[in-house]
Amino acid sequence: MLAAEPQLKALMIAGLAGDKAAYRGLLDTLARELRRYYTRRLAGIDAPAAEDLVQETLIALHTRRATYDTSAPFTPWLFAIARYKLADHLRRRRLRVTAPLDESFPAEDENEAAMARRDLDRLLESLPAPTRELIRQVKIDGLTTAEVAGKTGRSEVAVRVGLHRALKSLGLRARGEDG
Amino acid sequence: MATEDLIARLSTDLQPSERRPVLSAFAMPLAIGIAASLVLMLAWLGLRPDLATAMTTSAYWMKFFYTLLFAASAFWLAERMARPGTSRDQPMVFLAFVLLAIAGIGMIEMMRAPPLARHHLMMGGSADVCPWRIVLLGIPLLAASLWAMRRMAPTRLMLAGWAAGLFAGAAGAFIYAFHCTESAAPFVAIWYTAGITLTALIGAVAGRWLLRW
Repeated sequence: MLAAEPQLKALMIAGLAGDKAAYRGLLDTLARELRRYYTRRLAGIDAPAAEDLVQETLIALHTRRATYDTSAPFTPWLFAIARYKLADHLRRRRLRVTAPLDESFPAEDENEAAMARRDLDRLLESLPAPTRELIRQVKIDGLTTAEVAGKTGRSEVAVRVGLHRALKSLGLRARGEDG
Repeated sequence: MATEDLIARLSTDLQPSERRPVLSAFAMPLAIGIAASLVLMLAWLGLRPDLATAMTTSAYWMKFFYTLLFAASAFWLAERMARPGTSRDQPMVFLAFVLLAIAGIGMIEMMRAPPLARHHLMMGGSADVCPWRIVLLGIPLLAASLWAMRRMAPTRLMLAGWAAGLFAGAAGAFIYAFHCTESAAPFVAIWYTAGITLTALIGAVAGRWLLRW
């Protein structure tokens, strides 16, 4: 997605040494890449802020450029800053995004989320089928207990009690007590 | 201002950048933080009276090296967390080894001790004050580390604050060890580590607010 890492890194190192032309070339390229990065992520949420964030990130990169370790790759450094500025902006505006902040550089948190999903699936798998179905319908698909009662032909009270027991046994299993 | 103008301005004013950013950000704050914590310990608690004889015992050096190595690896971690896009794997592994080492030494002491002595190995005579004193001695160091980090570029603020707190707690514990007369490894493994953990928690919460840039 980016101009090649080796070129950017070379420009950055030259810029750190004080080479104005290289630095200007770097910032020009990065402005384009950052514009694309922010436009895509703010589309439908806060599109007008994209250009402000491009500038803010360029300034951040400039004032904190000494924190770049020249023995490490350049793009992870840049995108960690871009991601931080995006998260900071969204937090200040109290906006929420449902899309991942950055698909090209998955943060560890996203791996953790994936692991949590896998764990949940495994736990659900260990429950008897009707119980599993009940939890899935109410807690994951978001049906109301009344809707589930209508679909399964049971009374709403029975569904509620069943759900309560199902969650309790899921909780016990999650803590490894095998309920 | 148009982005093109911004770029033009940033690149015409360009100066060669700081070559040792970590050193220049941390040196001054840490010097002040360590001095403050040391003065606090001397004025409030005082050196242990038997320091000279204690230095001939292995228990003294166990505390000394546990807190020193903990502080060193936590500093390494904090320094990584102050720079965007860096991995924290290596310092975390180092930190895990330090913790495993003190846990191992503590266990061995417990197993070798007669059962009736084990309670005292864990609780010593100052378990109720030890963690809190470490936290208090760690506070100047935490303030110093957060101040230094703000001059860098942390991008995961709670984690960065947590790392700063681990360092501050461990360095505070290192300083506390010049006062504390406890000599059992299980005591150190539990209560010193508790003080460090508490400081790290304070750091994580504080970092979330104080490290924004």
